[in-house]
Amino acid sequence: MKLLTCPLNGQRNISEFTYGGEYHPMPDPETASPRQWAEYVFFHDNEAGVVIEWWCHTASSFWFLAERNTITDRVIRTFEASEIFQNRIDFAEPTNGEKK
Amino acid sequence: MPFGLLKYGLSSEYPAQHHFTPATELKKHYDVVIIGAGGHGTAIAYNLAKYHGITNVAVLEKSYLGGGNTARNTAVIRSNYLTEEGVSFYRESVKLYNNLSNEFNYNVMMENRGQLTLAHSDAAVRSFRWRAEVNQHMGVRSELIDRQAIAELVPNLNMSEDSRFPIMAGLWHADGATARHDAVAWGYAKGACDRGVELHQLTEVEDIEVSRGRVTAVKTNRGRVECGVVVQAVAGASSIVAKKAGIPLPIHCYPLQAMVTQPYKPILTPHVSSPHVHVYVHQTSRGEFVIGGGSDPYPLYHTRATLDQRESLSAAAMELFPFLAQARMLRQWAGTTDMTPDYSPIMGLSPVENYYLDAGWGTWGFKATPICGVTIAELVATKKVPEIIKPFELERFYKYEQINEAGATAASH
Repeated sequence: MKLLTCPLNGQRNISEFTYGGEYHPMPDPETASPRQWAEYVFFHDNEAGVVIEWWCHTASSFWFLAERNTITDRVIRTFEASEIFQNRIDFAEPTNGEKK
Repeated sequence: MPFGLLKYGLSSEYPAQHHFTPATELKKHYDVVIIGAGGHGTAIAYNLAKYHGITNVAVLEKSYLGGGNTARNTAVIRSNYLTEEGVSFYRESVKLYNNLSNEFNYNVMMENRGQLTLAHSDAAVRSFRWRAEVNQHMGVRSELIDRQAIAELVPNLNMSEDSRFPIMAGLWHADGATARHDAVAWGYAKGACDRGVELHQLTEVEDIEVSRGRVTAVKTNRGRVECGVVVQAVAGASSIVAKKAGIPLPIHCYPLQAMVTQPYKPILTPHVSSPHVHVYVHQTSRGEFVIGGGSDPYPLYHTRATLDQRESLSAAAMELFPFLAQARMLRQWAGTTDMTPDYSPIMGLSPVENYYLDAGWGTWGFKATPICGVTIAELVATKKVPEIIKPFELERFYKYEQINEAGATAASH
């Protein structure tokens, strides 16, 4: 069984993990056009080479990121999401359908 | 004929019959360049040459004829999908398959054995009823059958009610079939080459020149070729090739693994599939059991076989057919599947004016080969998208008009 190192739980069987898709910065939901959303949601780089992607340790629901080579199937490193997401995001409170 | 055969048998030379003309030098210009000489690429070339009189065509292949996913798929032909768009598309393909050997005068070993999909839950029974209704409405032979009918169709199937997932009902698709996958590509390539199409193997497209929204030329490892129209038919490498023309695609590549046992006496007629235990099984005319349908759980451009998949496919196959516990495996392999978000293909126009797509073939490419040849050739010849493939345009993702066939694909994902 292939092993993957979870930043929280250490080395585990890959069957304990769920693949979560390529990492892409999310466009601003307030300003993004439907076309930009479609690109963000459906379109992928599908790179043959080194990619950054989301993984989740299913048993502990811990989400993290991994750098992996999609040709050789080697995981280069795994790291916590806090390496990329350093600022707290405060989403605006819903305002009865009115725009801010 | 018998005398010819006798003469051939007594000859000391055994002259080999060439199926298609060997590649010559690349010309400077072709009206149509098709990237990829699998079933789809050669089918498009064949239809262009035979029905549209367009013969200044080059089919460029990085490796050898039919050596990609045409060689790796498990050769299942069926049309029991769920959406109106999907059913009418695959229905036409099955019709074309039924006449393919006559069309080519070349035996593709079409066998109409039927396909049985098993339900192990109430939810599956409900969705099968839905599919059967849609299929019948569209003129496709599908019906929901009970346990007794299943046991009569497939006497060796494990019908025990004490198994982990007892079989509750089945979706019987009498139009289901299988054919020799290599012969499909060979037949199309032979027919195309006989009519003047050039097949260039070991010719890799390294770059695609686009200026002012039009493709002007492709650069290959054997030189630059100017072209009027380019069609890409490279299942498993669609994203990589489209990227050279600057076109992003909604595709993720997953390896799909299958394996085959040693040959046995003929005991299984239909193709049996179980989306619940994640396996499909059929016996080839040679007697081998093909066991397929295991996708790797994450994207990869590697066609290695894994012990994990071998274990899970074997366990599932043994649950359906306990006698397979004694079977010895001959081969295990993988093919790269282009998975789209809605499990439907991407066909037709692209953002580049004279660049056409035949992509996103996931696990449903082989069964669509003849209809792709017909429709893409029509698109190239007339510049108009045929109605039957209009719903599969790339633009559908920007319009949020996906065609959801996730439930009707036999493989597990």
